[in-house]
Amino acid sequence: MKAFSHSLISCCLLGSILLATTDSIAQVECSDSVPSPLLPPSEVIAEDHPGDAGGAIIVRWKLSPDEAKRITGYEILRSTSPTGEFSSVGFAATGANRYVDANTEDSLTYYYKVVAVDVNKNASESELSPPARSSAQWFNFHLLNLLIIGGLICGAVIYFIAHAKKGKKLFLRRIAGLEAVDEAIGRATEMGRPILFIPGILDMDDVQTIAGITILGRVAKTIAQYETKLNVPTSRSIVMSTAMETVKEAYISAGRADAYSDDFVHYVTDEQFGYVAAVDGIMVRERPATCFYIGAFFAESLIMAETGNSIGAIQIAGTAMPAQLPFFVAACDYTLIGEELFAASAYLSGEPKQLGSLKGQDVGKIIAMSAIVIGAALETIFAISGSSLFGSLAELMHKLFSIVAG
Amino acid sequence: MRKDLVWLFVGVLFFGLLYILNWGVKVISTDLLVWVGAFLTLAILSFLYQDNPFYKFAEHLFVGVSAAYWMCMGFWNTLVPNLIAKIHPPIVKGVLPAIAEKPPEYWYIIPAILGIMLLMRLSPKAPWISRWALAFIVGTTTGLNLVRYLRSDFVGQIKSTLIPVIVLQDGSLTIGGSFSNIVVVLGVLCGLIYFFFSKEHKGMFGVASRVGIYILMITFGASFGYTVMARISLLVGRMRFLLGDWLQFVQ
Repeated sequence: MKAFSHSLISCCLLGSILLATTDSIAQVECSDSVPSPLLPPSEVIAEDHPGDAGGAIIVRWKLSPDEAKRITGYEILRSTSPTGEFSSVGFAATGANRYVDANTEDSLTYYYKVVAVDVNKNASESELSPPARSSAQWFNFHLLNLLIIGGLICGAVIYFIAHAKKGKKLFLRRIAGLEAVDEAIGRATEMGRPILFIPGILDMDDVQTIAGITILGRVAKTIAQYETKLNVPTSRSIVMSTAMETVKEAYISAGRADAYSDDFVHYVTDEQFGYVAAVDGIMVRERPATCFYIGAFFAESLIMAETGNSIGAIQIAGTAMPAQLPFFVAACDYTLIGEELFAASAYLSGEPKQLGSLKGQDVGKIIAMSAIVIGAALETIFAISGSSLFGSLAELMHKLFSIVAG
Repeated sequence: MRKDLVWLFVGVLFFGLLYILNWGVKVISTDLLVWVGAFLTLAILSFLYQDNPFYKFAEHLFVGVSAAYWMCMGFWNTLVPNLIAKIHPPIVKGVLPAIAEKPPEYWYIIPAILGIMLLMRLSPKAPWISRWALAFIVGTTTGLNLVRYLRSDFVGQIKSTLIPVIVLQDGSLTIGGSFSNIVVVLGVLCGLIYFFFSKEHKGMFGVASRVGIYILMITFGASFGYTVMARISLLVGRMRFLLGDWLQFVQ
């Protein structure tokens, strides 16, 4: 029995040694095996990038079958001749099956190859793409939805402007901050102190600055009638020119051209905090009774509004910068929030063009609200019922409001 | 002014004390530029007390230097590469050799003319010419921004709000997800109603408008706190400069 057990243990040990040896042999065989060649991407297509001004070709390909295993990316090669020398124009990351070559000349024909590259820098070249040539298009069909929506809103604006020009009254709800404008100017007149108007720190290429300058025109007209002193420090030279024109026109229309002075509007500096330092200095030295902050603002908003608050000025602000609105709401007496700023000039002037424009924008809001209600309802019904009909309709809504980058 | 001097004395005493505490431990900076920076920082910070000659000096220096700086930047970053180099490339060979080899693009004369028209504002006889250039700037800007804002602020925002107000996961209702989506959809709708100007905000419309402004105010509150934190980090940066780079009090 003892001999049998010894034999059994010996057999087990021998078996274990044999198994271990076989495993190591198999491992050696595996590590010595030659890896299979890297498979290239296929079906390479090159064509003009649609809806652009030319100068770009889009290259598409079918991913290499080795994509999931060891591909690190795809190098894009280009040549102007199928038999010529190909040079690298870019690199697409693993998983990408398209590349936009945005550096082409419209007069030349290009051929492309896509090279799969693996972790060991092995490369595998695709077949040649068909010839491709970039060209400019007159119309970008990717932006058709924008054309339709923009057309509807602009059409509504034109309709309401025409409507207002015929003398028909257009209703606009009152905006609390604007009704305080005359009161604030009157207060400055009574106190014999100047009025400070800050048109933001961006240039005339920002719509908020344009709105600020429009409101400045209305404010300046009232100031001209009240014979109060106006001070408009600007941080951009073109804003200064525009503000000067606007204020001058306002004084002329108020019949007080004699009271106008070019010194009302002056340039300070383009530097954001240099401008703030100067405006703060003006505030504490001239102690204006009323401060207007109408336009685009950044980090300087709270510094200026707090300084204005510390000197006891009535403050009216208006901006569409979401990050700065909280500071104006906290530190100013009245704040025109977002679109109220753009509505303000229309409301103040009462001009048919501006009133019609505002009414037209309201049509845009009706479109937005309707789309949200319909889209959210379709999505909800689809989520509950799983109906393919509602799923398709919800998808259609998404497509209508999708933005294609190109 | 006597009060100013008292505060100046207190300030000097404070920093003197810091220096004494620092004595034998670390050496205060001997870099002249650090001293200039520290002086200007303190001069600007002195505005927290009140307007004073130090602040006035720093303010005027800042305005003067930055105005000149931006003028130079405007010349070298805009006029030279975008106008002079385009019309007559060889002239910029010394500063922009890559552009100097390119062929001239004479249509850049048009913006040059518009620029000169803008400067006609300085002419006492024909300042009205500048209005044409201004009209061009305002008009083109409006047109360009219309598409940009329509894409990002209108179409993009609507698409993000096309979401189900009841969220189901594996066939069961998700309370958190549904609540979030309801807040988003109702918040956007009420916000839009607040900014609707063609109808008086009365009745149900008024209620929705009030909900809209409440949501806006809650958003502003969150934004306020977030931005204040960012501002505090700026203050910390300045304090590190004063107590670290200048006084070598902290590392």
